[in-house]
Amino acid sequence: MGLLSYIVRKTGIYLLTFFVAVTLNWAIPRLMPGDPIGVLLSRFATLPESSEVVYSYFMRSFGFDRPLWEQYLDFWRALFNGDLGVSIYMYPQKVEDIVLQALPYDLVLIVPAVVVSWIIGNWLGAVAATSRRLDNLLMPLFYFLTSSPYFWMAIVLAWLLTVVFPLFPSSGAYSPGMVPSLSTAFIIDFIKHWTLPFLSLLLVMLGGWAIGMRNLIIYELESNYSRYMEALGAGRRLILSYAFRNAMLPQITGLALQIGLAVAGAITTEIVFSYPGLGFLMLQAIQNQDYFLMQGAFLVIVVMVLVANFVIDLIYAAIDPRIRSAYAGEA
Amino acid sequence: MLLEVRGLRAYYRTLTGYVKAVNGVDLQLGEEILGIVGESGSGKSTLASSIILPKPPLRIVEGEVLFRGERIVAPSDTSGLTRVRYRHISIIPQYAMDSLSPTRKVYKIIKDLARGLGDDVLAKARRRLRRVNLPERVLDMYPVELSGGMKQRTVIVISTLLDPEVLIADEVTSALDVTTQRAVLEMLRDFKDSGIVRSIMIITHDIASVYQVSDTLAIMYAGRIVEHGPAEKVIRDPLHPYAQALISSIPKIGIHYKMQKLKGIPGNPPSLRNPPSGCAFHPRCSRSLDECSSREPRMVSKDGRRVACLLYE
Amino acid sequence: MEQHTVSRTKEFLHHIRRNRKVKAGLALFAAILALAIVGPLFTPYGPLEPTGEAGRPPSLEHPLGTNTFTYDVYAQTVYGLRSSLLIGFLGGLIATVIGILIGLAAGYMGGLVDEFLMMLTNIFLVIPTLALLIVIAAYIEYRGIMIESLIIGLTSWPWTARAVRAQTLSLKNREFVLVARMSGASGLRIMVGEILPNMFSYAIMVFILQFGGAILYAVGLDFLGLGPTKGISLGLILQQAVLWNAIQLGMWWWAIPPGLIIALLLASLYTINTGMDEVLNPRLRRLE
Repeated sequence: MGLLSYIVRKTGIYLLTFFVAVTLNWAIPRLMPGDPIGVLLSRFATLPESSEVVYSYFMRSFGFDRPLWEQYLDFWRALFNGDLGVSIYMYPQKVEDIVLQALPYDLVLIVPAVVVSWIIGNWLGAVAATSRRLDNLLMPLFYFLTSSPYFWMAIVLAWLLTVVFPLFPSSGAYSPGMVPSLSTAFIIDFIKHWTLPFLSLLLVMLGGWAIGMRNLIIYELESNYSRYMEALGAGRRLILSYAFRNAMLPQITGLALQIGLAVAGAITTEIVFSYPGLGFLMLQAIQNQDYFLMQGAFLVIVVMVLVANFVIDLIYAAIDPRIRSAYAGEA
Repeated sequence: MLLEVRGLRAYYRTLTGYVKAVNGVDLQLGEEILGIVGESGSGKSTLASSIILPKPPLRIVEGEVLFRGERIVAPSDTSGLTRVRYRHISIIPQYAMDSLSPTRKVYKIIKDLARGLGDDVLAKARRRLRRVNLPERVLDMYPVELSGGMKQRTVIVISTLLDPEVLIADEVTSALDVTTQRAVLEMLRDFKDSGIVRSIMIITHDIASVYQVSDTLAIMYAGRIVEHGPAEKVIRDPLHPYAQALISSIPKIGIHYKMQKLKGIPGNPPSLRNPPSGCAFHPRCSRSLDECSSREPRMVSKDGRRVACLLYE
Repeated sequence: MEQHTVSRTKEFLHHIRRNRKVKAGLALFAAILALAIVGPLFTPYGPLEPTGEAGRPPSLEHPLGTNTFTYDVYAQTVYGLRSSLLIGFLGGLIATVIGILIGLAAGYMGGLVDEFLMMLTNIFLVIPTLALLIVIAAYIEYRGIMIESLIIGLTSWPWTARAVRAQTLSLKNREFVLVARMSGASGLRIMVGEILPNMFSYAIMVFILQFGGAILYAVGLDFLGLGPTKGISLGLILQQAVLWNAIQLGMWWWAIPPGLIIALLLASLYTINTGMDEVLNPRLRRLE
């Protein structure tokens, strides 16, 4: 399998996943017992200018006794026009606008949390693998961290660092009086608000990476190349560095699987800190039965995860000689 | 003597007890090619491990290993090994196919292993690669890019790069086809004849292919050496009943034959957890005496070789 | 054939009993399970029974204090633990069964069936489960524990399917399966009669992880207000606590203990799983 066909194949899978996600998004309200669509549409009937709303492609995709396939096609058409419907809760704002405003807050939380936890976690895991004493000390902690629900970790941090030791603000992305700008004051304020949700994600994810790395290294140290190197008198440090390098590859693949969980973690963590990302938005949507907003947020989350997966695949391809060598063989 | 093994017992510690993989081995290795032959589970690979890499779960229980008269392995002391590994005693491991880390290029592996030995290591590696008919660019390749045979030869080059006095070749031919097996064995012979290495211990279950390159042969059974002597003598006229059964089961010397397929010896190889009392071979032996089940045979000299069998005591 | 399976099971049990991680994990799990079973005996209150005292810190009468609505947090926690365990068990079981069936079918049948099932698996592996669960749960008007377990089970099987497929592929070419095939056994019989028993310990490990995963998903859903519409669960307690600013009001006893129990419960499950992994996979054991 060459690099190009590797990328084509991955892209194919992700496009297909996107297709399935959109179809699910369209189908779920129709598959549910009761009459959710009726409820949904009736909520618009009470709003002013409802006739105008009804004429968007998106609204048309929700029925009016037309054949299902027409509704489905309209759903896709709406999507290609960047039309995700209108929010009830924040009427008359468009869902796509609301969701895109929230997205940066997720990115600024999730990306650093994943990257930093990956680096520190792998490092700590490697340290644990090399020392039996540290292993016995650190592993229970790692297991505890990875077992904690993200939002509970958020609650604990909020209690410790906003109530017991009031060092950080407890809600929002910045102080109410602030206007977003690139001024130092705003940036400091923003970072203060960002720290606790970031730390919650970081701590929970850290445990998982550390456990993974520790197990992988112990596994690699028992491999044949490790034995060979040891038989040829290589020092422990050298063998460890080889094991570490080989353990990195599965950890990069693990990154792809972790993204989905990180997003789930961010959704609930944001709620604890009223951090205005997609998770907080979803809560608003749930509480206000704003289905379009919820589904819009779902789609954006899926796209975000797909893009992240694709990037990780590319990184993997660039790093793993097995994929690279296959590419060289084809060229 | 380059290498001397004295009364060595090496057991594997498992959760359900000891596996007595090497159970009293005496062996001397001079400037020669020694073939160590035995069925799988006879302890021959463990013998190799206990000489160069005795680490848990393998435990040296008794005996010692000397290199040029200096002790390198003893129960609970293997510190002597650090001085001799690679430079003086080296090994071509059993699983050459994954003996090289997949994520490092070959030249990097060589540089790391021969650290502190100067830059000419790579130049030497290039010459050696040519010697085993590999292109120099192997150095710039990842192990995954090499074919099985290329990997095998690369490992041979790496293992012998520092011209060790003693080379242990552990089942180097088992994963290869017949022609390649021959080539690899001849390569080892060439390394010995040209003085790159001074003695080689070839560990194998394939007696038919190894006897042609060996000067001496040692037959192992249940963690012990049962017969040890010049290759010609052992093959032509084996003394120990196990060696006889083993060699007679080869239809025609020179034809490739794997001992795994041996049908000539009735019964199963013994369990190394609870080896039979006395001579471990007695339950399968057609010439066993009454006392074979109670008395352990000693190694005795007979007819220019050493044999451990009560028939000759 | 049977003897082979029996002796392997025996050996497995032998090692399992000596594994420190399995023992520690089981002890912790047993303690939490005991809390769920007998915990309610130690409080006169029901989970949704007003006590008349609001926001009291822990005391002898209320071991974990009371919340804003005067409910006894200890009572809520032990009853909530019951439903969380039940959801974990049912949801985990459903996910495990689906995952094993799909993985087994894909691995054993191969060809187009494999292609199709694995494509499906990979797709659902990438779609974030919690986000999908939110969309599904939001459209269900009356949610009970059964429904919650069902939708969790139906959405969280993919990694199991993939792992079981890999296991099946490695078992498929082992001697005992080949023997069965040569003796003319049908595909279904081989799958059920030969491969499945040999995967039994593996299936238990998968179930343990799915059990924990289902608890986490349920807690997450509850926390978002998409949990059971009636009753109590650990996630619901936390939802209420955050919604009514328990932390800002200094009522740590409302928000921290229920989550701590979840964390300990999951840690016990993961530890058991790791211990089993070490037994089945000797390369993971630390030798010293």
